[in-house]
Amino acid sequence: MSASAGATIDAVVDQVDVVADQVVSLVLRRTDGRQFQPWQPGAHIDVHVGDGLVRQYSLCSSPEELDHLRIGVLHVPDSRGGSKAVHALLAGTPLTISEPRNNFPMRESRRYLFLAGGIGITPLIPMLEAAHAAGKEWTLVYGGRSRNTMAFAQQLEDRYGPERIRIIAEDEVGRLDLDQILGMPRAHMLVYACGPGGLLGAVEERCMGWPPGALHTERFVASTLGAAAANAPFEVELARTGTTVTVPNDKTILEAVEEVGVRVLSSCRGGLCGTCETQIISGEPEHRDAVLSEEDREAGEVMLVCVSRAAAGCPRLVLDL
Amino acid sequence: MTVTTHEANVLGEDPFETANLLDPYPFLGRLRDAGAVSYLESTGSYAVAGYQEVYEVLTDFETYISSGGLGPRDIRKDSGWRPPSILESDPPIHTVMRRALTGVINPSTVRALREPFTPPAAELTEQLAQRKTFDAITDLAEKYPLRVFPDAVGIPDVGREHLLPYGNMVFNAFGPENYIFKQAFAQGDEHAAAVMRNCQRENLDDTGFGAQIWKRVEDGLITEQQATLLVRALLSAGVDTTIFGIGNTLSVLARYPEAWAQLRENPKMAKFAVDEALRLESPFQKFHRTVAVDTVLGGVHLPAGAKVLVFLGAANRDPRKWGENADDFDLNRNASGHVAFGMGLHQCVGQPIARLEMEIVLQQLLERVAAIEPDGAPVPILHNVLRGFESLPVRITAA
Ligand code: HEM
Ligand code: FES
Repeated sequence: MSASAGATIDAVVDQVDVVADQVVSLVLRRTDGRQFQPWQPGAHIDVHVGDGLVRQYSLCSSPEELDHLRIGVLHVPDSRGGSKAVHALLAGTPLTISEPRNNFPMRESRRYLFLAGGIGITPLIPMLEAAHAAGKEWTLVYGGRSRNTMAFAQQLEDRYGPERIRIIAEDEVGRLDLDQILGMPRAHMLVYACGPGGLLGAVEERCMGWPPGALHTERFVASTLGAAAANAPFEVELARTGTTVTVPNDKTILEAVEEVGVRVLSSCRGGLCGTCETQIISGEPEHRDAVLSEEDREAGEVMLVCVSRAAAGCPRLVLDL
Repeated sequence: MTVTTHEANVLGEDPFETANLLDPYPFLGRLRDAGAVSYLESTGSYAVAGYQEVYEVLTDFETYISSGGLGPRDIRKDSGWRPPSILESDPPIHTVMRRALTGVINPSTVRALREPFTPPAAELTEQLAQRKTFDAITDLAEKYPLRVFPDAVGIPDVGREHLLPYGNMVFNAFGPENYIFKQAFAQGDEHAAAVMRNCQRENLDDTGFGAQIWKRVEDGLITEQQATLLVRALLSAGVDTTIFGIGNTLSVLARYPEAWAQLRENPKMAKFAVDEALRLESPFQKFHRTVAVDTVLGGVHLPAGAKVLVFLGAANRDPRKWGENADDFDLNRNASGHVAFGMGLHQCVGQPIARLEMEIVLQQLLERVAAIEPDGAPVPILHNVLRGFESLPVRITAA
């Protein structure tokens, strides 16, 4: 996991609640009593968990309330310390964190389908709150092993009703039926999916039948379950042009490169058509398209710059542009 | 919320009249200027020609559906001349077919075609570079896709002569049943039967896209009938369009010698030239959608069941989107966002193949031809929905 860049904040754990089997929710406040900076749904914070380790945790409180932040943490027995250390925290424990940052921003659209696998629910909670407040048409499909492992499931159902919140507990009704859930694309509907890689791979495959750009995912990598994969802003060096641009977290490589006047051919701008395929000279991409083959993904020689980004821990990509 | 609506502006002009087919742009300009949504008396359909409205119709696939067919008749009421294709379907039927097709035709699989697709283009352009004049359509644009594309799909050699007449039927049927339509359908049954034969699993070689599509039947994703229809979709949508794409690109570049010179200096720009040419002379000019539920577009009330004629070729020249020089070819323009391949759910599956073919032909020609200019007037083809040329005489200077 990358070391966090930027300023840190001294915070204190204000409240610890066990919200599901092996999941705790932590409410954090600043020790200086001030408010946190405004943030948008999808944001996360870095948490310094000791021994130089930094983990990213998605925020699941409301962006309307800036006097505290809430994160949900899954305890994973074999993870490298992160969530275990966080689980050991008691109310009153000081904690070093970052300001909220957003690598999973929510785009404006008319309809939303939220799809959560397990602890992947956390970044979606502020998103569905925002969709609801804006009067959008939306539903959440939330899958997990059993109800008692599914954090916030009951609260969400109580608050928004079973029409909008579909809880799919494997021990009751089986696994998420993705063919059924994703079998009927809707116009101007964005899919925000968050969960383990296996689930998201299956979601991506089905979204090949959706319009380009419909699917937005955030992958929880196995070693950091409960923590969002880090993909902070990064740099792209344009080898042929001889310039370097910074890609902020709310822009795609394509957008950032176009802004400095460099031409990249594009069409769907949603990771489906392949028109924007670009050669990678060095650096490791995180493929977010729905179409490149497994071999292409592993080879890491090309990427679709309209959606894909630099991998966690890769601060700089060199592209043949 | 109440939306104030006004009546669509009624237009007496017929987009399918011979003069408007041979030279569509003056009419398209008038149509765009008439308002966001017009009503065409001649076809009994609504029409959209501005970029914004065309984009809205293409992306709102629930309101503007495809299962009514891309022609002027509603094939839901009045079954069409063939079982509906992926192009004429909506979710959830479209969803599985598209998933199957995208799994087969995608950037990863198409990249592998560059190697087999290059030598035929080198050979054809090498022969043409020996000559002072040639016909860019009959000697090149028509020849090249037929040399490479049927092989990529994996169909047998016998029956390939039916591909062009069949494509001609399929696309002309997106317009009214006028004399052009009737001519295209003259030996219709024979062409259709020959193409359908080539869609059967046993007639496809084991490596092409056709066989890959049939594999998805084994995976349980699609039915045998859907596999047949998907192979048919490739064969009907993948030949004429690309021929016209190549021809139109050359027709434009023959008129812009500075652009040719610039491309000679920097052949890597070939793909941008192709993109801008697709915007300016879009091969697939127009097709219909069907209004699924009463709706309002551009302030005009559209009743359920109405047909909307979507003018891609006009949206691609809308000055509000492309600026005052929208009618000019500009190699430095960022043409990204053009709708020559459609937009959204039904956006062309064959796009990477089409772009690859077009780029390869152009690059091979650039290597061997120092200058290209018109050698007499091009002859536009009389076609209900495609824009292209029957003949495009050019004079060249070999490199
Ligand atoms: C320059 C060449 C081409 C142009 C201009 C073109 C244009 C288009 C357009 C505008 C659409 C969208 C139609 C709609 O929205 O209803 C489309 C769809 C389609 N095209 Fe192409 N096309 C070209 C080449 C190809 C090739 C080479 C293939 C086959 C490999 C192909 C196969 C298809 C198919 C199967 C669809 C239907 C997709 C769907 O409904 O989801 N096209 N094409
Ligand atoms: S532009 Fe279509 S995949 Fe990037």
